Amino acid sequence: MSDVSFKTARDIRDAVSSGRVSAVEVVQAALSRIESTNPALNAFLSVAGERALDRAKVVDRDQRTAPLAGVPVAIKDNICTSGIATTAASRMLKDFVPPYDATVVKRLEAAGAIVMGKTNCDEFAMGSSTENSAFGPSKNPWNPEYISGGSSGGSAVAVAAGMTPLALGSDTGGSIRQPASLCGIAGLKPTYGRVSRYGLIAFASSLDQIGPFARTAYDAALALSVLAGPDPHDATAAREAVPDYTAALTGDIRGLRLGVPRRMLEQGVDESVRGCFYHALEVFRSRGAELVDIDLPHAKYAIATYYIVATAEASSNLARFDGVRYGYRAPGVRNVKEMYEQSRSQGFGPEVKRRIMLGTYVLSAGYYDAYYLKAQRVRTLVRRDYEQAFRKVDAVVMPTSPTPAFKIGERVEDPLQLYLTDIFTVSANLAGLPALSVPCGLTPNRLPIGLQMTGKPFDEPMLLRIGDSYERDTNWWKEGPG
Amino acid sequence: MVAFGMAERLTRKDVDRIATLARLELGEAEKDLFVRQLTEVLAYADQIQAIDTTEVPPTSHVLSRILVDRADEPQPGLTNAEALANAPDPSPQTGLFRVPRVIG
Repeated sequence: MSDVSFKTARDIRDAVSSGRVSAVEVVQAALSRIESTNPALNAFLSVAGERALDRAKVVDRDQRTAPLAGVPVAIKDNICTSGIATTAASRMLKDFVPPYDATVVKRLEAAGAIVMGKTNCDEFAMGSSTENSAFGPSKNPWNPEYISGGSSGGSAVAVAAGMTPLALGSDTGGSIRQPASLCGIAGLKPTYGRVSRYGLIAFASSLDQIGPFARTAYDAALALSVLAGPDPHDATAAREAVPDYTAALTGDIRGLRLGVPRRMLEQGVDESVRGCFYHALEVFRSRGAELVDIDLPHAKYAIATYYIVATAEASSNLARFDGVRYGYRAPGVRNVKEMYEQSRSQGFGPEVKRRIMLGTYVLSAGYYDAYYLKAQRVRTLVRRDYEQAFRKVDAVVMPTSPTPAFKIGERVEDPLQLYLTDIFTVSANLAGLPALSVPCGLTPNRLPIGLQMTGKPFDEPMLLRIGDSYERDTNWWKEGPG
Repeated sequence: MVAFGMAERLTRKDVDRIATLARLELGEAEKDLFVRQLTEVLAYADQIQAIDTTEVPPTSHVLSRILVDRADEPQPGLTNAEALANAPDPSPQTGLFRVPRVIG
């Protein structure tokens, strides 16, 4: 097993556990793959080669039977890693080296996984293309002229380009599922609270959730089994029991009821996306699932609601960047007020400023009730739509993104148009529900298309089972950018 | 209190006011851009004003319960040196973060 590129985490783990390959060999192969492919794709902002090799030696010595023994992982650069710079792809945190590990990083390492480095993203996870990174966009490995998706684009590229079999992202409005879809891999946003957010640089705290990128639903299940669980450092981390998620992957979806919100597909969905989606429905039907038409009447308001709630929370969360305790401080300031204003103005990029401005506005005196409070009420209606739907169905299926990847630079001038592409992803965050994207096709010019399943709270086993059964009947997950 | 159904155009004065609240110092071109872009986004967001939310409670988070209770016991935290390690202008002798003049 000299070439580990494009192997699954499960295969690597099995090979390391059985002694067919050492964790050190796996890490060396991953490092050389990163070295040869990363310069053109800009997936990694930093590679922690020596640390990874040191960790691999420990795994070979002490952790060979661990659930992710020797599996290289890439970590989105808004997740704190002790001793490795964590920038959130922002000038504000360019030199920030966290004094502690995020809980997810600790859990991965305890399970034998090996952190290879930190991946590019939209600045503070705000965006859908990684074009808002202070360090340049990540390129889509299927065609480097196209966006990787975002905000967790670098993590998606790392997996899609065969640099690592697993990666972590964060998903506030689709930031795991959309880049997974656009790069042709699996991406899971767990239920809100399923995975600890301790050590995740906060964007919108009521929506943020960490989750895995993987080649297969099986690997996502393997990763979630390690990541999920309560955490004394995060009061919102749920105490619900953590099952072995891989045990749910029976391949049997006979009799499952899958809800299809057909009305959402009527407008603004690319023909190739629609075609692949309807084809996927036939795959489910032939495996014995029942398709049920459902209506999510408030889904069309989800984007408006999301961009009020998310920016409001962001404006509050990002108030901590004041040039005092960590982060960028503008030079030559005469007093504290100037230090705040100039440090923030020079440290934050345009999209972050735009969202802070919007969030500050919707929370400001005179507008709070009309925007923020109103949006929170509509958020309740979005949740109720799903509660209603889940009385009839086991999961909701729809495309992940209304379009395949677009060209880098094509939409930077029009933020609203870019926000609208989040139509299929934001409602799972508003409602706190788990959602999984798996590859379901390619456009005629070979750009990936993703299929999304949304489930009841804590019903990740159902989503992973459906995703895995789909992979058993299709070969899209085996396709690579070549 | 501003009435619902606004969709009014944001002014430069509004942008100045918000920037002051957000502690951002914006350039002239940036202000013009934000007047236009924020007006567009808010006009889009205004569609939620049409929804009847009478008797609908707000959702501030989706958890059925937040686990705020725990024993109040001291835990190990960062050392002073660790806390200062990322500071732009630390004062290791005093163990403090140094900032420019606050008053005047």
